[in-house]
Amino acid sequence: MQDAIALIEPIIPALRRYAFSLVGPNGDADDLVQDCLERAIGRWGQRRVDGEVRTWLFSILHNLAVSRFRRTRRRGLGVALEDAPASALATLPAQEDVVRRRDLLRALGQLSEDQRSVLLLVSVEDLTYAQAARVLGLPLGTVMSRLSRARESLRKLMEGQPAKAARPALKIVK
Amino acid sequence: MTDRPITEEDLHAYVDGWLDDARMAAVRGYLRDHPELAETLAAYDADRGTLREALRPFAEAPLPPTLDVRRLLEARRGRSDAWRLPVAASLVLAAGLAGGWAMRGMVVPQNGVAALAREAAESYLVYANDTERPVEIAAADEPKLVAWVSDRLQRHVAPPNLTAAGFRLLGGRLVTTPHGPAAMFLYEGARSQRLAVMVRPMANDKTTRMSEHGDHGVGGVSWANKGLGYSLVGSASARELHPIADEVRRATESHV
Repeated sequence: MQDAIALIEPIIPALRRYAFSLVGPNGDADDLVQDCLERAIGRWGQRRVDGEVRTWLFSILHNLAVSRFRRTRRRGLGVALEDAPASALATLPAQEDVVRRRDLLRALGQLSEDQRSVLLLVSVEDLTYAQAARVLGLPLGTVMSRLSRARESLRKLMEGQPAKAARPALKIVK
Repeated sequence: MTDRPITEEDLHAYVDGWLDDARMAAVRGYLRDHPELAETLAAYDADRGTLREALRPFAEAPLPPTLDVRRLLEARRGRSDAWRLPVAASLVLAAGLAGGWAMRGMVVPQNGVAALAREAAESYLVYANDTERPVEIAAADEPKLVAWVSDRLQRHVAPPNLTAAGFRLLGGRLVTTPHGPAAMFLYEGARSQRLAVMVRPMANDKTTRMSEHGDHGVGGVSWANKGLGYSLVGSASARELHPIADEVRRATESHV
C-alpha cells in the first residue's frame, strides 16, 4: 500500500478544491474527500491497472458528490464560495482582482451543477476532455457541449449580459 | 493537413492549451479572420485564469488530519488487526463482520460456496470461543443432535468423525444464514484449538471443488457435494486446515 500513499497523496489538494467548488465550503466538502480516500484505499486492488489514478480518484469523488446531491435534494452551493473563510480574497494585492475573483466565484455558483463540474474538471483541474468524460460518465460530445455552455454562461454572467447576447459564442459561422 | 476544418473542440483546446504547434498555428490563423470569435476566446481565457486564481486557496489550505491518507490506512489496518485480539474481544467484534465487509467496499458474496465460507467464518467467530455455551447439544447426545439438525435441514446431516485428525466432537447447534438454517459442529484438538464444520443445503453450487479462504485470522476450506455445502473453519491458515478438510470430505461422502 506504500504505492497507494505515494500516488494518492499529491492529488488530495486538488480533490479538495474540486469538492469545495462543487458543493461549497460549508457543504461537507472534506467529508466527501475523506469518503473518497477511504473508498480508494479499500478498492485499491480493484482499480484498473492501466487507468490513471488521478482520473479514478476524481470519478470516485464525483460520484459521491452526485449521490449526496441526490440525497439532500440540494443542487446549489451550501454557502456562497466567495464568502468562504478559506479563500484568500482578503489578502490579494490588487483591489480590481479581488472584485473580479469574487464576481467569478459568484457566477460559478450560478451555473448548473452539470456545467460547473465540467468547467472545473477542465479549466481548473487540467483534465483532458476524454478524462473529464470518464469522470462524469458521459460521451465526449456531451462534455464538449456542456463545456461550451458553461464557458458562455460564465462569460455572460461576468459581462452582466442577459442570456441572449448578440455575440455568437463558439458557433463557427461563415 | 493544414486545411482540416477548425472544430469547436479545437477552440476549447486552444483555451486549455492542449493543441500541438501545427494546430495552434491553424487556429491562430482562423482567429485572425474572425476577430469576434477571438474576442470570445480571449474572454474565456481570462475567466479561466481568474477561476484558477480564485480557487487556488482551496487547494493550498493545510490538510486536516481527517484527510491524512497514512492515518486512514492505519485506521484500516487497525480494523484488520482487531481480529487477532483475544477471545473476548473477538466476540464483541464478530457482530460487525458483515458490516465491515461492506464498509471496506469489498464485494460481499451473496451466493454459493463463497457465501457459505463467509457465513461459516462469522458463526465460528461467534460460537467457537464461547465459554458458556459453545454448542446447543453436546457430543454425548449425538443421536439427538443428528435428529435435530437433519429434521431442520431436511437432509441427513451428521458430524463427521475427526478423531483420526486429532479432533474430538464437542457438539453442535443450528445457526442462521441468509439461506436458512445451517448445522454447525464444533471440535476441539489436544491443545484446545477449535474447529467448526458448517453444513447447509446449497441452492446454487450443488457440487464444487474445495476452495481455500481466509480473513481476519479465520481460515477455511469450503466445497459442496450433492447439494450440501461444507465449510471447515478455524483459527489457522487454510493450508493447515486442508488435510482436515480432506478428512471431513472422506467422512461425509462415506455416510451420505
